[in-house]
Amino acid sequence: MSQYRVSGRGRVDTSRPVTFTFDGKRFTGAQGDTVASALLANGVHLMGRSFKYHRPRGAVAAGSEEPNALIGTRRGPGRFEPNTRATVQEIWNGLETNSQNKYPSLKFDVGAVNDAAYMLFSAGFYYKTFMWPKNFWHKVYEPFIRAAAGLGVSPTEEDPDHYASRYLHCDVLIVGAGPTGIAAARAAAVDGLKVVLVDENAEAGGTLLSEPQAQIDGRPAWDWLAAELEALKAAGVKIMTRTTAIGYYHQNMIGMVEKLTDHLPELPEDTPRERMWRVRAKQVVLAQGALEKPLVFHGNDRPGVMLAGSAQTYLNRYGVLVGKRPVIVTSHDSAWFAAFDLQDAGAQVQAIVDLREGVHEALLSEARARGITVKLSHTATATSGRLRVSSLRVNPVSGGSVGAGEEIRCDAVLMSGGWTPSLHLFSHTKGSLAWDDDRTTFLPKDTPEDCLIAGASRGLWGVEAVLKDGAEKGREVAELLGKTPAQVAYSVAGDRTGTGISMKELPTDRSPGKAKAFVDYQNDVTAKDLRLAVREGMRSIEHVKRYTTNGMATDQGKMSNINGLNIAADALGKKQPQVGLTTFRPPYTPTSFGAFAGYHRGDHFEVTRKTQIDAWAEENGAVFEPVSQWRRAWYFPKAGEDMDAAVARECAATRKSVGIFDASTLGKIEVVGPDAVEFMNRMYTNPWTKLGVGKCRYGLLLGDDGYIRDDGVIGRLGQDKFHVTTTTGGAARVMNMMEDYLQTEWPDLNVWLTSTTEQWSTVALNGPNAAKLLAPLVEGVELTEETFPHMSCVECTVAGMPARLFRVSFTGEIGFEVNVPAPMGRQLWETLWEAGQQYGITAYGTETMHVLRAEKGYIIVGQDTDGTVTPYDAGMGWAVGKKKPDFVGMRGLARPDLRAKNRKQLVGLLTEDQSKLEEGAQIVFDPKQPVPMTMVGHVTSSYDTGTTGRPIALALVEGGHEKLGETVYIPMPDRTIAAKITSTIFVDPENARLKI
Amino acid sequence: MLLIHCPYCNETLPELEFTYAGQAHVVRPEQPSGQSDEQWEEFLFIRANVRGPHYERWRHFHGCGRFFNAVRDTVSDKFLTTYEADAPRPDLSSLTERQK
Repeated sequence: MSQYRVSGRGRVDTSRPVTFTFDGKRFTGAQGDTVASALLANGVHLMGRSFKYHRPRGAVAAGSEEPNALIGTRRGPGRFEPNTRATVQEIWNGLETNSQNKYPSLKFDVGAVNDAAYMLFSAGFYYKTFMWPKNFWHKVYEPFIRAAAGLGVSPTEEDPDHYASRYLHCDVLIVGAGPTGIAAARAAAVDGLKVVLVDENAEAGGTLLSEPQAQIDGRPAWDWLAAELEALKAAGVKIMTRTTAIGYYHQNMIGMVEKLTDHLPELPEDTPRERMWRVRAKQVVLAQGALEKPLVFHGNDRPGVMLAGSAQTYLNRYGVLVGKRPVIVTSHDSAWFAAFDLQDAGAQVQAIVDLREGVHEALLSEARARGITVKLSHTATATSGRLRVSSLRVNPVSGGSVGAGEEIRCDAVLMSGGWTPSLHLFSHTKGSLAWDDDRTTFLPKDTPEDCLIAGASRGLWGVEAVLKDGAEKGREVAELLGKTPAQVAYSVAGDRTGTGISMKELPTDRSPGKAKAFVDYQNDVTAKDLRLAVREGMRSIEHVKRYTTNGMATDQGKMSNINGLNIAADALGKKQPQVGLTTFRPPYTPTSFGAFAGYHRGDHFEVTRKTQIDAWAEENGAVFEPVSQWRRAWYFPKAGEDMDAAVARECAATRKSVGIFDASTLGKIEVVGPDAVEFMNRMYTNPWTKLGVGKCRYGLLLGDDGYIRDDGVIGRLGQDKFHVTTTTGGAARVMNMMEDYLQTEWPDLNVWLTSTTEQWSTVALNGPNAAKLLAPLVEGVELTEETFPHMSCVECTVAGMPARLFRVSFTGEIGFEVNVPAPMGRQLWETLWEAGQQYGITAYGTETMHVLRAEKGYIIVGQDTDGTVTPYDAGMGWAVGKKKPDFVGMRGLARPDLRAKNRKQLVGLLTEDQSKLEEGAQIVFDPKQPVPMTMVGHVTSSYDTGTTGRPIALALVEGGHEKLGETVYIPMPDRTIAAKITSTIFVDPENARLKI
Repeated sequence: MLLIHCPYCNETLPELEFTYAGQAHVVRPEQPSGQSDEQWEEFLFIRANVRGPHYERWRHFHGCGRFFNAVRDTVSDKFLTTYEADAPRPDLSSLTERQK
């Protein structure tokens, strides 16, 4: 058995040894050990280096509040997790663990030079140390901070594990399966109520696991616990261990993370590593217990200095003596019991040092009976020992003055500064807190949620008191849910009740300016830092916190908040409630990104919408680009072609003969009803009344502010039926906007709106041969200039399929858009592809579509407009109905600012040196003006050689419409480019090519 | 996550099904063209920034699709009531009374 393992103690199974490694060295623990308990059983206290000063650190606690003992854990490739608390990680055969923040080794660390240079790292050191000289920031300070900052090392490989998410609905959720929670569950589990009891630990029991001496209802605590858990299961209570309630959200929704595999030597097939539970509970009982506070004195962070209650837990739960010659220093009775337990287990307690003048006679006589030296009215002023504490310096305190010090040799210092109720989840509910002067801590007051708080988390102490309180709260929630639960009473023998006082930093005879008395271990914040922050003008506790980083580490100040508050309040000369407490925020303990992401990773992160023709594009070598949630064919490179070459070929083929394009992603909305035309008149800028059936019109949609929101071609298929198309990305937004106006402003209009985007596959044919290709396949209409002119639409048959055929053009060529029922899309495409072979039909993607439309000056909403562009700015005043009484945006367009001269207007740009501009590049009128220059616009669209033989660009330029022919300048990092303002139409301004 | 009662479906459902749609009871004028710049500015831009009960619109987007109105306390984030889009503004004092 390991050197510090005590036989007959603890709940671990020493007959089942477990081997793991720490920093490459093999250690053996017992089944049921955590990494921390197993290392302590082997006499190892040094488990890490601190964040800022790289001071040697050991475990100070035994649970999830542990600030120091952070390790990296590894299980083969990809399964690496930094910053795991050694006090929580259970061991299994083969587990690899490593200490952090050390170089080259844990025992000899060069970063510890920071400790000697601690003057540089005082409160607010970021703002002071790194201020000067200015040009050192990029080269020296920032790399230094980046290298030094953060805990542990991020994993670099992809996480091979998967993470699950579930919902859970229950009547009562009880957080914390200690005596309080168990009693609450027992009382609430009546009459079919669905009760869930959760605990972050590997097993239920809470403080009872550390207090086996108690006798409940005449039975030893652990026997009672086992029987009670069986009884709860029999009553239908769902008990979830290794499950942390991380956050309390609105209306009794609690987020819980269940760890499923981190404790297992073999990973079961198909089991998620963690599962996020989203629980909606009708009633919640919080029974999170209390956390022990450290004492604040010089050297209180040396390995071997730990919380007395945690030492008691290591002994009683894990059968581990954290030291053979411990000394106790305390301001609370509870540490005396820890001393007695350790002494009874074979340790030689060197002394009990208590800050108080007097303690209960019963404690004194118990100490006497064990022969333990007691020093009342004593303070601790220092520790020594390099990598492990070897002595504690204690001094008598009398009338406020500190007497001469005395060294007590020891191998562990067990401290207790009293207990802090765990109010994290209660605070998440926006629950209010009330300061309790007797206990020198905050207690819970009111909460807006359906939530009760019970036991030690509301300041009660002792097993009997919390059992009683838990049972009462359990009954109360059952009654609130309409049940009549029975009365339950518990009798407890061997209970350990006690009181104590709360301290700020301990009195000392040393210079306080040199004391390294840690308040926040994880962020290396000392009492001195807090006082400095107050001296430097921080008044609010929130400022003190941010200036010093007290309580901002991954432990969220579980151990440091109240000590920090006591010291800050003292420095400010105020009472604690006037200084206030910083806000607790979820998650309660560090939570993996995997748990939050759940199933939403990789392909499941977001849906990828694909058209019916997508598979054809993939088979034919398309390169894709995402457009909102759609995956669209970007271009179709042939062997050896890059993007520019492919796009140039696609453009030329379309202008010369015919191109085929998948336009299925266009948003489509069917507007139907007796008032459809009136609705269209009110929504869109254009007039619709006179648009004949079988005709289309380009429609422009504004917001009521007058700015362009969307556009698209709209066909009138009947007196009361419009086929509206929208931009690919805008479909849902337009539909929402239409519904909004229809439902809430014009409910009198008799109109139905239906999203039909996914009901139609849309294939566009463009080019001089488009009509020739399509005509033989169309039944019901002749594709001539006379019978089916540009901007016509008809319901007909195409290649035997029912179709809505539009003659429209987004390229400047003769163009058709054939809509067929969505599942027929690929069949249509392949039929057209086949029929088009004689014309050398060319498939083109979105890039060619962009180039061809830009050559014609057709805008893309969201690219050439940005939410501050009016139809007039875009040169599309022609689309605005002048005689309509109203439309959305009409009044907005009349606002003075929207009619002002010199607004940014859409123009074409041709560079003098024939170079391609960068989209987004800023434009100036005078390139010689001093920096910062006055920017007068930006490039919105820019393309390399399409069919014009030179690069073209569109841009928004102040007063651009009045400046045709003038030169503007585009300053780039390496040079300034001159460009001439032109019309936005670069090809066929007479629209001659649109005619068949 | 909030639970929201859709007055059309008459069901209380998770927030995920709903989208927020701005302040309620902002009525678009019958004749926008007749509005002065000041009146139009008021309609277009000026919104309450209430600490406490706030009249606002929601849409049961992933449900019935209807827009409806609600009174939500911006401090507690609690819904005091929800009601159909054309219903009159509910009386605040009776709502806050009911909450107590």
